[in-house]
Amino acid sequence: MNDTILISILMTIVGASTPILLAAIGELIVEKSGVLNLGIEGMMLIGAVTGFAVATTTGQPVLAILVAMLAAMAASFLFGYLTLTLTANQVATGLALTIFGIGLSSLMGESYVGKTTEVFGSWFPSGLAEHPQLRVIFGYSPIVYFSLIMTVAVSYFLRKTRAGLILRAVGESDISAHSIGYSVIGVRYAAVLFGGAMAGIAGCYYSLVLTPLWSEELTAGRGWIALALVVFSAWRPGRLLLGAYLFGAVMTLELHAKAAGFSYVAPEMLAAMPYLATIAVLALISLKKSGASAAPACLTKPFKPNA
Amino acid sequence: MNNQPDNRVELRGITKAFPGVLANDDVSFKIAPGEIHALLGENGAGKSTLVKMIYGIMQPDAGEIIWEGSPVIVTNPKAARKMGVGMVFQHFSLFEAMTVLENIALGMDSSISQSELEGKIRDVMHKYGLKLDPHRIVSTLSVGERQRIEIVRALLLDPKLLIMDEPTSVLTPQEVNQLFGTLRQLSSTGCSILYISHKLHEIKELCEQATILRGGRVVGDCDPRKETSTSMAEMMIGGNLKQVSKGDDRSFGPVKIAVDGLTQAGDGNFGMALDNISFSVRSGEIFGIAGVAGNGQNELMLALSGETQSNSGNAIRLDDRPVGEIGCLQRRSEGLCAVPEERNGHAAVLEFSLTENSILTARDRMGLSKNGLISNSNAVSYTDQVISTFGVKATGAESTAGSLSGGNLQKFIVGREIMQNPEVLVVSQPTWGVDAGAAATIHQALFDLANNGSAIIVISQDLDELLAICDNIAVINEGMLSKTLKVGEASIDEIGLLMGGVHGDPFATAEMTEAVHAH
Repeated sequence: MNDTILISILMTIVGASTPILLAAIGELIVEKSGVLNLGIEGMMLIGAVTGFAVATTTGQPVLAILVAMLAAMAASFLFGYLTLTLTANQVATGLALTIFGIGLSSLMGESYVGKTTEVFGSWFPSGLAEHPQLRVIFGYSPIVYFSLIMTVAVSYFLRKTRAGLILRAVGESDISAHSIGYSVIGVRYAAVLFGGAMAGIAGCYYSLVLTPLWSEELTAGRGWIALALVVFSAWRPGRLLLGAYLFGAVMTLELHAKAAGFSYVAPEMLAAMPYLATIAVLALISLKKSGASAAPACLTKPFKPNA
Repeated sequence: MNNQPDNRVELRGITKAFPGVLANDDVSFKIAPGEIHALLGENGAGKSTLVKMIYGIMQPDAGEIIWEGSPVIVTNPKAARKMGVGMVFQHFSLFEAMTVLENIALGMDSSISQSELEGKIRDVMHKYGLKLDPHRIVSTLSVGERQRIEIVRALLLDPKLLIMDEPTSVLTPQEVNQLFGTLRQLSSTGCSILYISHKLHEIKELCEQATILRGGRVVGDCDPRKETSTSMAEMMIGGNLKQVSKGDDRSFGPVKIAVDGLTQAGDGNFGMALDNISFSVRSGEIFGIAGVAGNGQNELMLALSGETQSNSGNAIRLDDRPVGEIGCLQRRSEGLCAVPEERNGHAAVLEFSLTENSILTARDRMGLSKNGLISNSNAVSYTDQVISTFGVKATGAESTAGSLSGGNLQKFIVGREIMQNPEVLVVSQPTWGVDAGAAATIHQALFDLANNGSAIIVISQDLDELLAICDNIAVINEGMLSKTLKVGEASIDEIGLLMGGVHGDPFATAEMTEAVHAH
């Protein structure tokens, strides 16, 4: 019996961690290029609602994910156009994008409230995916494996590839990169679009896998946790993975405490844990100087060529 | 070589306009293969704009660039590098948080493996006697070493034309000699060099041909070896060079400021600790602090101005009153004013008007505010005084600091402090990036202030400047201050050696590098 409980706990942790890992890995690339996109939450919601809409109407989960990705990329392109081409303030634009995403997704999702869709589950044969023990490895949606592959890929990209080097260079010193002849704006657009794509997939993970139905503000502020996670990880993919699973564990605490009949602390308190942990982590990191110096030097700095 | 064209590069009628300014107006000159060609001119004469067009960062509005006999359009730096143009920037285009190797890889247009690149780097370093450790993080390197990265990066591409924008402003005399050796070696292999500087004696020593720009136009050319520094300076500014005079009577009064055992821990990863610094400056004396950048000058500057406070009030004494524990504002009221090195954002707020910038530092001493309210008329008239006395080119007291050219802003921030008539003035890099005319104005103002009985501390990396204006000089190295030397009695070599230390000495660095690789 302990085995079953342990396995189900592990699986809920993976479930809760995957979307924040995906969104954070996208944001990591965006921030490495020197752009801060606070609109993750908004892009996730846009991804969640478009993915859900396509899934319920066509019954094609892969198509749904693709559409969710494209929709969130479109939103991130809007962000890119405002902040990169028009050099608008990144913080204000990012916040606006989140508010826009919340509103747009509520509007688009109005007719879908209460509907359900089939869970986009494991692609492995049911012998593995539903095996009482092995399901802890094989029983997840393909998006889970995708998120792990992306973490490794991003880590490799940043450390080993020339394109990754150029991306870091643009985030480190835009003026130097420009004077050597790299397209600062071009690199940043690519990074922002990648961030949008990841946020879109993260968003539709909620509506297709975790809770296969639509309700307003389905992502419940997890975009903000992804954002804090990037800082927490000091912009390193390995630590990001660790952090995402740690946050995932804290988030599922409430469910398991309830199930175990734990009543010494109010359940609201437990539900607030991940957010409190976010605040604590951010406060701790800003106290430590070396944490702040790991940030890309050009983060949030607008770049105007020929200025 | 039969089919070699006569000129490596020729500019014909290059014109470039920015809103409100004609940066380059019909500029033409040519550079032969292997020639070391100087581009001379005051700040704002259009030198940087011109080389940016050769390197493809900007496009000319009119005119053409002839590369080895055929007209070309240089669309971007990549195209320039492909042609064979290398460039070493004045403000280095380096990435602080990355390694030397990564920095060089970013300047290469083809993707090659790290180990192959490292081999190539070692070849180039060996060939030109440049020492560098490819695996060091750039932020831990001295300015001279950083420049070497840029040079290696340019040399790896086998350039036919190397553009150097103000390369020596941050080097020790020994490093300058080493650089000139490298450049002569390059030129002997047929590489042309376009050398931008306003250090005229260097141009005399190095260059065979010079083009002089003023206000965006070519106003003359000459063979620097046959000119004097004064004649070239006069061509640059288009008039007679103001003679700076120190005054005959250089007698010193009582000690105005005494620093006694100033010790302070280094801040963060890259800060330098100050170690038992002691010196004193008398009324009427100009005291110079020389040294290679990053040896504690910034920290000493902040400790003197009051931006960082000492643990002991007696570490810094002003007219024998302890001031070590009080902050900048109080030190200003006590009579100690300071001009920090970085004019953009430290000495001046670029988005503020000149009047507002005056109020920031002069409000107490010059009565620019009363009962917490700004007295606008006083502030404007004080600002106007600074502008007219120091010949600051600005549309008026209400123009923003950011709209001024570097040299003009420098005149303004130095003037703003000098006109407060401080008992002690601490000034860092007073003529950094400033042309000969403006430098003369600033130096004269410093002499006049000293002759009126103030004590002046000048922190500068420009040794020529210190030797020209100071009475006494000391060298800061690794956070420690050398003994005080009398200017006129100390030789350049001696001072250069004091500046050396581990940071400046390429051989010491090489030894450290080898020690690291042995493990």
